[in-house]
Amino acid sequence: MTLTQHDIDQEIAAEHAAYEKRLAEGAPVEHHPRRDYAPYRSSVLRHPKQPLVAIDVSKDPELVELSSPAFGERDITGIDNDLTRQHTGEPVGERITVSGRLLDRDGRPVRGQLVEIWQANSAGRYAHQREQHDAPLDPNFSGVGRTLTDADGFYRFTTIQPGPYPWRNHVNAWRPAHIHFSVFGSAFTQRLVTQMYFPNDPLFPYDPILQSVTDDAARQRLVATYDHSLSVPEFSLGYHWDIVLDGPHATWIEEGR
Amino acid sequence: MTKIDTSGPEGVLPTPSHTVGPFYGYALPFRGGEEIAPLGHPDTITVHGYVYDGEGRPLPDALLEVWGPGPDGSLPAVDGSMRRDPASGGFLGRNGVEFTGFGRIQTDADGHWYVRTLRPGARGQNAPYLSMCVFARGLLVHLFTRIYLPGDATAAASDPLLSRLDEQRRGTLIAGDEGNGTYRFDIRLQGEGETVFLEFQ
Repeated sequence: MTLTQHDIDQEIAAEHAAYEKRLAEGAPVEHHPRRDYAPYRSSVLRHPKQPLVAIDVSKDPELVELSSPAFGERDITGIDNDLTRQHTGEPVGERITVSGRLLDRDGRPVRGQLVEIWQANSAGRYAHQREQHDAPLDPNFSGVGRTLTDADGFYRFTTIQPGPYPWRNHVNAWRPAHIHFSVFGSAFTQRLVTQMYFPNDPLFPYDPILQSVTDDAARQRLVATYDHSLSVPEFSLGYHWDIVLDGPHATWIEEGR
Repeated sequence: MTKIDTSGPEGVLPTPSHTVGPFYGYALPFRGGEEIAPLGHPDTITVHGYVYDGEGRPLPDALLEVWGPGPDGSLPAVDGSMRRDPASGGFLGRNGVEFTGFGRIQTDADGHWYVRTLRPGARGQNAPYLSMCVFARGLLVHLFTRIYLPGDATAAASDPLLSRLDEQRRGTLIAGDEGNGTYRFDIRLQGEGETVFLEFQ
């Protein structure tokens, strides 16, 4: 049986309604997707069915997970955060500047930590051999960037507006344009991999990956804001996207710094 | 919504997680990612295994991160895991001298992975362990687990996590001893023998 967008739309609506019902019955807001989210078919066999085992970090300052791997100037190069300068020629597409702050749940900046990004090119094609979409590769664009946050928690990338692309979750499935982000906090518990979207993309309601975040306000936090003050004259359009890391961290260590 | 107002006293709401997807290959894996141990270190161990889905099929596109202390139990604050070549922009590999404690491994096409690191030391009341974070296409939020090494029943019995689990579930967190400092640790995302995954609060 062919799985259509209409089928997926109905599943997305049912998951959303189930979440609204849980909320109405007093359940807590869900800031993250459930790992068991069937509209995204790849999740079906790849999520645990046993409940996770809770660990209260406040009871044990010695937990390995309360510290984080360190990264430094040796781990990046000077042009890692400019994805338009990594080859001999200019990549095709609309240049953009993406910047924001890396914060913890208390709103404090996470300083000197690693931010990694990857994305499709302007035609919606990843530089990856398993990619099956036949849009053109760009010999001047790998779509990979890396930087360290500064003293105020800011990161900044220059890149190319990624294109939307088809995938095979169902017939006529399309991913809205996005940039993948991987970030570290001051504790390994705060590790986050996610995706940043662009404002007003008409593909949002059709995408089971974005819609796996069933809370409307949480989903909005994945969408960058156009920021004219970040646009560079004669060069690029600017987008602002702050990232807030979840997960407990060792405040008693930081206070001693 | 995406400029976070940090002026209030009550904290801010988190950015939701998403799957790592299938196309992180040029971005996240790095040369020497699985070779954490300094060259020739006498406390070097190898941990390896497979990652399986709910039908027992290996995952060819999982990404694992390992983070752990040195043999004395101390956690390194050393950068240089992904040392770079400023001329080519490529990866130089680790320098073979410093221990960063951090590794990143992409599973092979048959779902197999390995990491070579230092035998972790104990911290506080905990039996020695390596922290592991699992990412994969299809996994909307990463999963944390732990690799405990076998052989110290006293430490395992007093470990705050292991002592809370029944024998069958506890067994999923304890690597198998294959001799010569080599240990086997399989990760089952779902179903029979499902690995214990953790939630930090």
